[in-house]
Amino acid sequence: MLPELSRDEILRYSRHLLIPEVGLEGQRKLKNSSALIIGTGGLGSPVSLYLAAAGIGRIGLVDYDVVDSSNLQRQVIHGTSTVGKLKVESARAKLLDLNPDIQVDVYNEPYTSENALRIAKDYDIILDGTDNFPTRYLTNDVAVFLGKPNVYASIYRFDGQVSVFYAKEGPCYRCLFPEPPPPGLVPSCAEGGVLGVLPGTIGTIQATEALKVLLGIGEPLIGKLLLYNALDMSFDFVKLKKNPKCRVCGPNADIKELIDYEEFCGVPSHDHEEGSAGANWDITVTELAERVKHNHLKLVDVREPHELEISRLPNATNIPLGQLAARLSELDSAEDMVLFCKSGARSTRALELLTSAGFKKVKNLKGGINAWAREVDTSLPIY
Amino acid sequence: MPVLRIPTPLRAYTNGQSDVNVNGSNISDALTDLTTQYPALKPHLFNEGGDLRPFVNLFVGENNIKDLQGVDTPIKDGEKIMLIPSIAGGSHVA
Repeated sequence: MLPELSRDEILRYSRHLLIPEVGLEGQRKLKNSSALIIGTGGLGSPVSLYLAAAGIGRIGLVDYDVVDSSNLQRQVIHGTSTVGKLKVESARAKLLDLNPDIQVDVYNEPYTSENALRIAKDYDIILDGTDNFPTRYLTNDVAVFLGKPNVYASIYRFDGQVSVFYAKEGPCYRCLFPEPPPPGLVPSCAEGGVLGVLPGTIGTIQATEALKVLLGIGEPLIGKLLLYNALDMSFDFVKLKKNPKCRVCGPNADIKELIDYEEFCGVPSHDHEEGSAGANWDITVTELAERVKHNHLKLVDVREPHELEISRLPNATNIPLGQLAARLSELDSAEDMVLFCKSGARSTRALELLTSAGFKKVKNLKGGINAWAREVDTSLPIY
Repeated sequence: MPVLRIPTPLRAYTNGQSDVNVNGSNISDALTDLTTQYPALKPHLFNEGGDLRPFVNLFVGENNIKDLQGVDTPIKDGEKIMLIPSIAGGSHVA
């Protein structure tokens, strides 16, 4: 039995009730339905706002982060007044202000193999708004094991992808991407950044797909992948097929339970620590500040050239990480060298590249130029 | 010539080019031409053994070459080949 709508709800949803594809029954279906949103960031913001506005009866939010002012360029569910607060609480307050008739359940914890099935099992649909490979594979596998649709979206700079992975009716995420790229081959981290409005565009498409699936209308993106580019304003679609060799949803699937996704992807999913290459290879900003007073050290900045406009260290040589392998001849392995980037992850990868090429006198600046800006030269901006 | 569309994350290795004209009558030839024009792309597409990496998805028109004839899939003049990246999403910069 679908729940009835109150007098107030009929007025609130009147623009839905006027659409024959939704109507009174569709709105009651939405009231009866539940959606779990993984991540309350760029994608989670528009997704949760529009699903709440649409009257999804119960919304679950999973995130363990706190709101930072650098989020607000795109994470429009949060605000200046909630900087420093838990993202899930900041989001819940906004959603309940938008629609007090719905229930918002929050999970202020990392989404992991230990808790994911428990959290997801009572929801009708899962929306993947995460930002890392381990959680994407986890989200996929949970959806496959529980037989639920997974509305997938991901973004990068000006590009977005959306699909509905629903193993009962089509391919899953692993059918398309059986395994993640090895860490170090993904330039996303190295170059990062995203046009603030991009998750808005992509997240609203993601919310649209969720509503279609819950209402049972239209043609959801099952077996189709949408590729969007904001610069070209292009929308391309490709067909996705179930992969007969898929290890989670294929006929001979050998993965039957959740695995260690950080190990599978070779990267941490819940790591907020500053980039570190390990104690033997790190130098802290205070150590570096001391050493440059007394010794000659070659400083190599592996960030992108446009980042130097934000902050720079004097006398540093700029070789972007992507060019490093081709420009090794510019470096002298006999020289003491310190590699740095924004916060230490790219320079850690640069260090691995140099040490595997035989460099021994090389260190990684732990925490990057942002740590330098925090602890040594506070006139530099942090970004 | 067929046109190979380079996704944003890999444009760092193609001097920012988004569409690269490639010579060849099948995917294998087209990729050889692409990595000859832009050698820095090679490790992102192929493993040490010279095989296409499993996370690299190439589509001719709407179809994945894995559902066609793999790297032997024929391509026609002017046909659009899309390289679809595995992107984690999000916006963390380290």
